[in-house]
Amino acid sequence: MYPPPPTLPRAALNAGAAASAPPAPKSSRGPMIRACLLPPAQAIPALRALLLLALVLGASLAGSLARAEESADLRAAIAALAKGSFAETEKRIAALAALGDARAVPALEALAGGDLYRREADGAVFIARSAGGGYRLTEPLSLQDVGTAGRREVKKIRVNNRLRRTIRAALGALTLSASDPARRLAAAKAILKTRDGEAVEALDQALARETDPQVAAVMQAARAAAVLASDRSAEEKSAAIDLLAARGDREAMAIVASIATAGDAPLAAQAKAAVARMERSQALWDVARNIWYGLSLGSVLLLAAIGLAITFGVMGVINMAHGEMVMLGAYTAFMVQGLFGALAPGLIDYALVVALPAAFLVTGLVGIAIERGVIRFLHARPLETLLATWGVSLILQQGVRTLFGPTNREVGSPSFMSGAFELGQLTITYNRLWILVFSLTLFAALIAAMRKTRFGLTIRAVTQNRRMAASMGIRTPLVDALTFGLGSGIAGIAGVALSQIDNVSPNLGQSYIIDSFMVVVFGGVGNLWGTLLGAMSLGIANKFLEPFAGAVLAKILVLVFLILFIQKRPRGLFALKGRAVEA
Amino acid sequence: MTRRFFTHGMTRGSWVFLALLAAAGVLVPALNLGLPAGHPLHMPTYAVTLSGKYLTYALLALALDLVWGYCGILSLGHAAFFALGGYAMGMYLMRQIGPRGVYGDPLLPDFMVFLDWQELPWYWLGFDAFPVALAMALVVPGLLAFVFGWFAFRARVGGVYLSIITQAMTYALLLAFFRNDMGFGGNNGLTDFKEILGFDLQSDATRAGLFAASALALGLAFVLCVAITSSRLGKVLVAVRDAESRTRFLGYRVEHYKLFVWTVSAMMAGLAGALYVPQVGIINPGEFAPANSIEAVIWVAIGGRGTLVGPVLGAGLVNFAKSWFTAALPELWLFALGALFIAVTLFLPKGLVGSLPRLWANATSARSKAPPDARTKAPAAAE
Repeated sequence: MYPPPPTLPRAALNAGAAASAPPAPKSSRGPMIRACLLPPAQAIPALRALLLLALVLGASLAGSLARAEESADLRAAIAALAKGSFAETEKRIAALAALGDARAVPALEALAGGDLYRREADGAVFIARSAGGGYRLTEPLSLQDVGTAGRREVKKIRVNNRLRRTIRAALGALTLSASDPARRLAAAKAILKTRDGEAVEALDQALARETDPQVAAVMQAARAAAVLASDRSAEEKSAAIDLLAARGDREAMAIVASIATAGDAPLAAQAKAAVARMERSQALWDVARNIWYGLSLGSVLLLAAIGLAITFGVMGVINMAHGEMVMLGAYTAFMVQGLFGALAPGLIDYALVVALPAAFLVTGLVGIAIERGVIRFLHARPLETLLATWGVSLILQQGVRTLFGPTNREVGSPSFMSGAFELGQLTITYNRLWILVFSLTLFAALIAAMRKTRFGLTIRAVTQNRRMAASMGIRTPLVDALTFGLGSGIAGIAGVALSQIDNVSPNLGQSYIIDSFMVVVFGGVGNLWGTLLGAMSLGIANKFLEPFAGAVLAKILVLVFLILFIQKRPRGLFALKGRAVEA
Repeated sequence: MTRRFFTHGMTRGSWVFLALLAAAGVLVPALNLGLPAGHPLHMPTYAVTLSGKYLTYALLALALDLVWGYCGILSLGHAAFFALGGYAMGMYLMRQIGPRGVYGDPLLPDFMVFLDWQELPWYWLGFDAFPVALAMALVVPGLLAFVFGWFAFRARVGGVYLSIITQAMTYALLLAFFRNDMGFGGNNGLTDFKEILGFDLQSDATRAGLFAASALALGLAFVLCVAITSSRLGKVLVAVRDAESRTRFLGYRVEHYKLFVWTVSAMMAGLAGALYVPQVGIINPGEFAPANSIEAVIWVAIGGRGTLVGPVLGAGLVNFAKSWFTAALPELWLFALGALFIAVTLFLPKGLVGSLPRLWANATSARSKAPPDARTKAPAAAE
């Protein structure tokens, strides 16, 4: 069915994706295979039963019957692997691959991994895993457990590196016809990597059958790579270069680049032009990728800082307990999820949605308590406020540690937040996307609350001119408490979101406190838009530095930049102007 | 003349403090070395080392008080200077190990051999000489403070903003020293020290000597602080603290005064770190943690900022409480520390030394007369 698998043209075969893919689904052909494995005398009635079934179900199963006969060959071919020299085994692997039956895959994978054993007593071949003092045997075709064997009863079938390469190539061709699309995809990717010129026909056949567009696209690319490695006509190769150039990812680029240096003159020129085009588009994609990662980091910074933009930015309270509000929010999410798990496990996906208002309430109330209990006595003494709120943060941290223990707690992700999708050459994970969307929504809601509601109006009045606001009949102490509660509550909501991407531990808040102060100061104290812009630009700057400097150094550089920036513009990017500043 | 500079500001309290410190510096080693282990007055070695550690903390607190209590600069990054001084001393102690390390390399410290480094980085050269290391323990923090202050004070970054960027500075250093590429031992820092100036670090006599050295350093720093704060320069510092703009309008170059006292303070913190490391036997990036700096601030706050005895007392009390709590009730220590932060800021804004005499005076003269004296209230910074 398939051409015999050649030895690989290039040795650069990594531990192929095919080998690490999950084992083939064993349910579909289970009963039939079992029938074939029975001793011949019993197999005949089983085959008869199958024949009956085939009559009932129609012609489609007639093919299966033929395959049932084939599987005797398959079995023999697998058993043959156990005998002979390496050179002979290589031929036998080729013969096995030539049968073109995906059921041979587990046996080949086991052979490559050194897990294929021969039973000394009858020469039968098994996949064996060491268990206790001996081995647990698995029948290589049916994947049924067939008991255990002692250490001396079985013998490992040896392979060398040359054989391993042969096996990988054989696997690549075989798994193209697997029923699981993920497995076919892995096989196509493996061929794309090995650029096996002999695989073209196998790929053509697989492409004719392929229904999954994503797998088909990879197969097309793999076919193009294979064509370039084969001795086909220049037109076909030229088409292949165009196809790979259109694909444009790093792998395609590497393949075309190798043609550019090694191919014939007209092809090489075409390939060179294609590489140049691809490099340009790669560079653009790199920029896009950095921007996406930067926005993602920026959204985390925004979440961490947005509550502080109220308590520190608008109110001017140096709230060192801000990080602990985030932490309390995350723990509220943990508690709510625990409640859902106990009471309504079916609705667990909605736990986070419920956790948001719950966290707002919890941290908002804690915030109001802090304002009433400590901060109001320290009005206009910012440095003392800093120390007192630091004390509060220590107490909250230790309180949570005493209640919940020092270890990380897990807050699960709802199903709509897991997974990823591809956008061109970007892989975008849903949880990052949701967090970006959520942080922007939260920001918009906060802006709206400050601009459009009466409460927001009083907050602005009190922060701009406290005494005048009081003269106009605004109860400034109440507004102070509620504003601090609002900022803390928003920090709590941010904590729920951050519980999705960070460890929920008593130290959660501490890791954000310096970053969030930096964001608020950078953006301009008292300016919410500045906080948004500050968070996003710091996030993007960080991600653009990372490829050159590494993650830690990038962070250090950003910190140093911020320290220098504050010297230049002590009031941040967007300083408030006017009399409010002097107050 | 010079003598007058150092002595004219000494009050009776200062002399008493110096006398007590000198007595401790002599008595503690004597009680440890002179008396046999079973004697009721014998001071165990661990207690000597612990007290020596408190003295270095007290020196750090004194340094912080000089800038915060007298010049109004609340630094949340003094632990950075402390740790830099500590690293300078740690590098000397590392070089003293010589070929006795686990890998037995005559030149390279163990962690460099482990990281497969071939030669000593240039910034490690010279640290095998004690005077160089000691000088570096003062110069490196001083230089960092000078550069940092040069920018910050000229740009008139003050108040809370300065506090936040000092915190960012120590955080950036924390991250930097965690990197293995920096050549300071990465996460593990520097440890496994053997000897200092040829004396075995594990021996009782060396530890007693380090205690005495810490006491001496604290005493000298105290005298220096008294001299600075009671001089004309000290008066300007207090003026800057209470009304910075007004001082500037009177023609003083505020940033020069700030820069001077900031740099001196950083060097004192570096010296404290250099004395701290041989006594605890390790220095790692954890010393840069912003939380450490903030904890040092509470020592000053509780003892009384704007007094020189207060921070020493505060550092001793808080750290003694910490040692006791972490041994007896480890769960409760952070609660206690947090409550301390809140209580001091709410009820004792001037700290123990600043408040107790007033309380005492109020208690004794409450019945006799004494209408509340308006002038004793601190004038609000009118800017």
